[in-house]
Amino acid sequence: MLHITKRFPGIIANDDITLQLRHGEIHALLGENGAGKSTLMSVLFGLYQAEEGTIKKDGKEVKINNPNDANDLGIGMVHQHFKLVECFTVLDNIIMGVEPVGAMGFLQKKQAREKVIALSEKYGLQVDPDAKIEDITVGMQQRTEILKMLYRDNEILIFDEPTAVLTPQEIEELMKIMKNLAAEGKSILFISHKLAEIMAVADRCSVLRKGKYIGTVETKNTTMEELSAMMVGRNVNFHVEKGPANPGEVVLEVQHMTVASKVHNNNAVKDVSFKVRRGEIVCIAGIDGNGQSELVYGITGLEPLVSGSILLDGQDITKSSIRKRSTSGMSHIPEDRHKHGLVLDYPLDYNMVLQTYFKPNFTSKIGFLRKKNIREYANRLIEEYDVRSGQGAVTPARAMSGGNQQKAIIAREIDKAPEVLVAVQPTRGLDVGAIESVHKNLVAQRDAGKAVLLISLELDEVMDVPDRILVMYEGEIVGELDPKKTTQEELGLYMAGAKRDEVKNK
Amino acid sequence: MKKILKNEGVQAFVASVICILLGLLIGYIVLLFINPSGAGESITNVIKNFFTWSRPQSQMKQLGNTLAKTMPLILCSLSILFSYKVGLFNIGCAGQYVAGACASLYAGLAWGWGWLPCMIFAIVAGALLGGITGLLKAYCNVNEVISGIMLNWIALYTSNTLLTNVKETASPYTLYLDKTNPNAILPTLGLDKLFNNNSNVTIAIPLTILMAVIVWIILSKTKLGYELKATGNNKNAAKYAGMAQNRNIIMTLAISGALAGLGASLLYQTGYMRWECTQSSVPAMGFNGIAAAFLGGLHPIGAIFSSFFIQHITDGGQYVNTNFYSSQISDVISSVIIYLCSFVLFIKLTMKKMLAKSDEKKGAK
Repeated sequence: MLHITKRFPGIIANDDITLQLRHGEIHALLGENGAGKSTLMSVLFGLYQAEEGTIKKDGKEVKINNPNDANDLGIGMVHQHFKLVECFTVLDNIIMGVEPVGAMGFLQKKQAREKVIALSEKYGLQVDPDAKIEDITVGMQQRTEILKMLYRDNEILIFDEPTAVLTPQEIEELMKIMKNLAAEGKSILFISHKLAEIMAVADRCSVLRKGKYIGTVETKNTTMEELSAMMVGRNVNFHVEKGPANPGEVVLEVQHMTVASKVHNNNAVKDVSFKVRRGEIVCIAGIDGNGQSELVYGITGLEPLVSGSILLDGQDITKSSIRKRSTSGMSHIPEDRHKHGLVLDYPLDYNMVLQTYFKPNFTSKIGFLRKKNIREYANRLIEEYDVRSGQGAVTPARAMSGGNQQKAIIAREIDKAPEVLVAVQPTRGLDVGAIESVHKNLVAQRDAGKAVLLISLELDEVMDVPDRILVMYEGEIVGELDPKKTTQEELGLYMAGAKRDEVKNK
Repeated sequence: MKKILKNEGVQAFVASVICILLGLLIGYIVLLFINPSGAGESITNVIKNFFTWSRPQSQMKQLGNTLAKTMPLILCSLSILFSYKVGLFNIGCAGQYVAGACASLYAGLAWGWGWLPCMIFAIVAGALLGGITGLLKAYCNVNEVISGIMLNWIALYTSNTLLTNVKETASPYTLYLDKTNPNAILPTLGLDKLFNNNSNVTIAIPLTILMAVIVWIILSKTKLGYELKATGNNKNAAKYAGMAQNRNIIMTLAISGALAGLGASLLYQTGYMRWECTQSSVPAMGFNGIAAAFLGGLHPIGAIFSSFFIQHITDGGQYVNTNFYSSQISDVISSVIIYLCSFVLFIKLTMKKMLAKSDEKKGAK
């Protein structure tokens, strides 16, 4: 890709970018949220057309007008949000669009199945071709996407932030798969902002910053610090600066909470009790799917409890509505920003007041919105929390990059001045610069005497940010650790269920 | 030029005009196929509607009749677009319209109520029927389209049964409201004078326009509109933000129903139309409201103009030359046009794509 330039209203997403991919290499593309990585890949995949620049494959100039052209050229992509039909089987999804059809229009699935099985054996991609997508894990869904590309004999494979949705084990497996693919002569473009992963698998890494091309480096000749400095334009502190915690009185108390599961008949959260005090950050650690989501649903009121109770500032809120909890001082940064956190078709300013729109400042006595106040308020948050978007407060949330959407939610929830902040994977999908600022915000909340309950899947975050760690395994809290005294290995043993303590009801 | 075309409102307007022109063209082609000699005259008559009358007085009178039927159509399209903005497709609008007609006629004919109580009764009846759909949706997760269609039929046959009590003995039609109970006829406010003493032109016109403005204000300027649209766009986020989802769904459909019920009362309480107690299909008004809502770009003010247009060509259909065509052709022509009207969103999307393409070309230069 040579000298690619792509403009959007109010923004130059890609400014004269050149990217060269060699046969059989894993090439990482690194950049902050909104740096233009996804746009560049969309140009390559034919979803957008660049205004300037050319794309060459094997030295020949090509035109890619749509994903079909890309596919014909052997370019395949695994999107961050998978494009799979939930109620179809793995096999059906793989052959979709290139179905082998025999006489009379009947599908010839047998040969397709053989090809899929052969491919999955060759590259070590374990899937069950007859399982339905809705029944399999996210990791398996991703393998299905990879098989989809291989089935189409694609030579160039694009992975758009593939590890964002995976558990640590699945990530490791994916790394192995990617190395296998490269060894077999496939070329891989790997979009990520997780430096450790890039250092682990990529051969070379190209860095974008604010739409501009910064440079390409060999990973073996560089360090994580150097890469992150290239990405954000300054040195980034990987470690959270914080003083000692001064825990005060209990703000949030969960007693013997049990929450049902939507997926299976068992309870997802089983008799969990813990307390969060003023001036401390408590982190719930654990591998994804061990009841953390349901725990948060129970605390915030999105799902009813089977049994147990929740106290906020000493008041029983077990049966309180979501609104009541919110106005009593609970803020919630949700796990899924598209599902819960934002109304995507609303402009940014409307989303900024999603939790407070009914307050007198934003709604007059007779029920009219005070649009001017809403706009001013949104502009202040945009400024303070550095939320970047094409058209400022009137940008539809849908048109914003994922990281900036997340920043907007964080701004909204923190600015509500909560007593307790429930932050679920608040740094998911953010780049190192943004992660640093989120962590600073969490620590600032703590230092202001608020209680913070952090739910995280990232080991680095779990070790770095909180003052106390509670490990969840299969719906129960199996250990309480002090991040200053424990090690990642010990934490891993608790998370995997290999070790457990009788936790005192503290 | 391009800047103007990028404005949402302009786009909606242009798209609507394109739909109308396409509809007329296809209607014309249909006429050409059936009998080429009368096609040109007939399609012009459809467009001209009341202008086909030569005397200005007659023209005004006919315009008055078209207006009288436009008002319920506007209210039905408001009903549709209001719930549509909240993510609900209120196809039960047709049944809520029937409920409103039944309530106003029954109260007027059987109980001798005045026009205002009759009207309020019609609003309540529509709101109740809409509320049932809302209750089913909120608490039993019954799709509002399914329950709406079922309730349309329930409303139709219940109304037929009830109104049989107040029908003429010799015909399937209900008694004349203006003769049986003149108190139930809507006041004209002198508007009838403007239309050659057409008593079908009543308070309905200012009332309807007021409703359109109110709906517009609620949707775009109030907290209620903010909540309702948030629920429509993303019900999970609405729940997360602590909005009362079930209440919002029920209230939306009740308001929708109230609008449709009011629409019916505004037509039947002019005495212009009588209820046929043996009819076996739901009146088309509620369904035409869907086309009017989309043709109007899903905007309450747009709905006023689109409804007038649809009623205009529906009435124009009766001026198709019956020497060349059977009398049903008028329905065919107006339905073709109305059908094309629902392509507004599609045309708007195509326009947006074309604009984006030409922008890209410009950028390349």
